[in-house]
Amino acid sequence: MSVSMPGSHANPSDHSDSGAQAPLVAADGRPLKVSLRRALFKNKLRAVLLVAPLMLFLLVAFIFPIFSMLTRSVESNEVRTILPTTALAIQAWEGEGLPDETVYAALAHDLKEGQRNRNLGRVASRLNYEYSGMRSTITGTARRITNVEAPESWRDTLIDAHRNWADPAVWSVIKRESRGYTLSYYLAALDMRYDADGSIVRQPESRRVYVDLMIKTLWMSILITFLCFLLGYPVAFLLASLPMRSASLLMMLVLLPFWTSLLVRTTTWIAILQSQGVLNNILVALGVIDDQSRLQMIYNETGTIVAMTHILLPFMILPLYSVMKSISPSYMRAARSMGATGFTAFRRVYFPQTVPGIGAGAILVFILAIGYYITPALVGGESGRFITNFIAYHMQVSLNWGLAAAIASLLLGLVIALYLIYNKLVGSDNLKLG
Amino acid sequence: MAVPAYATPFERAWYYIFRIICGLIFCFLIGPLFVIIPLSFNAEPYFSFTQKMLSLDPEGFSLRWYQDFFTSQAWLHSIKNSIIIAIASTILATILGTIAALGLSSRFMPYRSVVMAILISPMIVPVIISGAGMFFFFSDIGLAQTYLGVILAHTALGIPFVVITVTATLTGFDQSLVRAAASMGANPTITFFKVILPLVLPGVISGALFAFATSFDEVVVVLFISGPEQSTMPIQMWSGIRESISPTILAVATILVLLSVAMLMTVELLRRRSERMRGISPA
Repeated sequence: MSVSMPGSHANPSDHSDSGAQAPLVAADGRPLKVSLRRALFKNKLRAVLLVAPLMLFLLVAFIFPIFSMLTRSVESNEVRTILPTTALAIQAWEGEGLPDETVYAALAHDLKEGQRNRNLGRVASRLNYEYSGMRSTITGTARRITNVEAPESWRDTLIDAHRNWADPAVWSVIKRESRGYTLSYYLAALDMRYDADGSIVRQPESRRVYVDLMIKTLWMSILITFLCFLLGYPVAFLLASLPMRSASLLMMLVLLPFWTSLLVRTTTWIAILQSQGVLNNILVALGVIDDQSRLQMIYNETGTIVAMTHILLPFMILPLYSVMKSISPSYMRAARSMGATGFTAFRRVYFPQTVPGIGAGAILVFILAIGYYITPALVGGESGRFITNFIAYHMQVSLNWGLAAAIASLLLGLVIALYLIYNKLVGSDNLKLG
Repeated sequence: MAVPAYATPFERAWYYIFRIICGLIFCFLIGPLFVIIPLSFNAEPYFSFTQKMLSLDPEGFSLRWYQDFFTSQAWLHSIKNSIIIAIASTILATILGTIAALGLSSRFMPYRSVVMAILISPMIVPVIISGAGMFFFFSDIGLAQTYLGVILAHTALGIPFVVITVTATLTGFDQSLVRAAASMGANPTITFFKVILPLVLPGVISGALFAFATSFDEVVVVLFISGPEQSTMPIQMWSGIRESISPTILAVATILVLLSVAMLMTVELLRRRSERMRGISPA
């Protein structure tokens, strides 16, 4: 700091009549206020400049990619870019009956153009999400009209090539998707769809997948969080009440799984829980169960819940421990001395003071749980899947990136909301790692 | 925590029951890690203990899965990749993170909590979403399927750990030491290397170890943005677990458990050293 204060001015006794005197000045002759403001600004600038490189890096390599990925959830420019003349011509169509000849001619032109540029596949699969059968309609029609030049009526030719072109529902899908943005990915992510006349309805019972899965993910995450609390609380209590030396030894036992590779921990659970695994073998050897009726404990919900509770438990113990460490034991002793039983003293005096730790740990575990991917994918089987497994599926297998982005943005919205609560409650600068 | 003299018999009983419960929870935490170590010496290609192993017959044990690991081209290539990527991203994350932590722990930093929340976000955002975002972005700028792409992605994921540990060491850092250095004529660079860095070094190293461990264990992002050439050890394990479960994975897992024990010990020693050092400087 470059502020220097001449001793006479710093004297508080001058303060009362300072109004009458000349303003305070720093060593270089500038008024003290200006000098202080400059020094503060300089310090602020230095702090900002130190943070800036990292901030910039994260904005470019992390935040921006995620948001630009999320825009795919509403983006729908396939019709606009691949069938441009159709997209333009269909704006005049009011949605009553079939569009007129100009629209059909425009479509024929676009299809021929697309066939030549070999880019019809994208628009075909995009429209296929909206109206099943459109893939073959588009590719088939394009193939059949390649050699047709200026027929009497494009409408008859196209309808002749594929009967779907006589269906107004097809045209309303094309018109809807030529707007450049779409809600249909979000609708699909919420198990809804547009029906033939363009209003939003729920998917038929057999095709509802995502809402149930989201509820299940939430429910399993709550269960995992609760189990972590149940197992973490006694351990944190023990650690906080033991003398420093033995506590830090036991703390190592909590931190070791925390440091161990996630895949290793998941593998160990496979080795333990599978039907020929360690636990089943012990149970059979002890005669608790028959050799034939070995328990199915992995590749289902049980596997996911056990493995994830194990993996996330340290994230519960650490915040609980740091809160419990700060509770003075004299409160409990005071309660006991005034006649409370051990249980009452715990319930009325100790437990309420640990609630902030429970909140911090529970939110952290819950946030990490709902976004978990690897463990459910490896040990979850069919029934232990999380919503993240469908994001991966649509990213890598079905290549329906819009839907993947829509599900991802719903998940991210929830995570961010919880993270804000966490920040309000604990402050991310209080996050501790062992 | 000893049983107090005024405890009732019921409380005495509870005291021991509570310890037993805690013991069981510790078994749940640690036990699984130690189950796989003997299993990795299995002579048979199974994931479970054979009769011979249980009767401690030497024939039931072998090092074949370790041999498998150390002679397999695919595993060795992937471990080399993992080490290169982890070291490069750790260095980047540590430098960027430490510098940012210096700014963050200054009391003049504006919007401190918002900035902190953003810097921590790679730890909070589900990896699958980060991976998907990076997949499109890195493909667009031509970094998909390159080492640089994977390194940059892992740098982003490792940064929160460095920021958290270094800011934690910097709380209670005595700013008058910096002023003292300046008053004795040290310029900011010398002050940083001679005064600040030695004091925060334990935090920096444990942050670096966290970043290293994160990169060394990361599957999802690599799955999205790497090509076959950049296959890392976690990828190799991931596909091993998904497709053909061979006990080679248990051998790898055992090696990784030993590695994590080593890292934990280092961090623990550093933490104690840091506490000692901060005990000297008046906070």
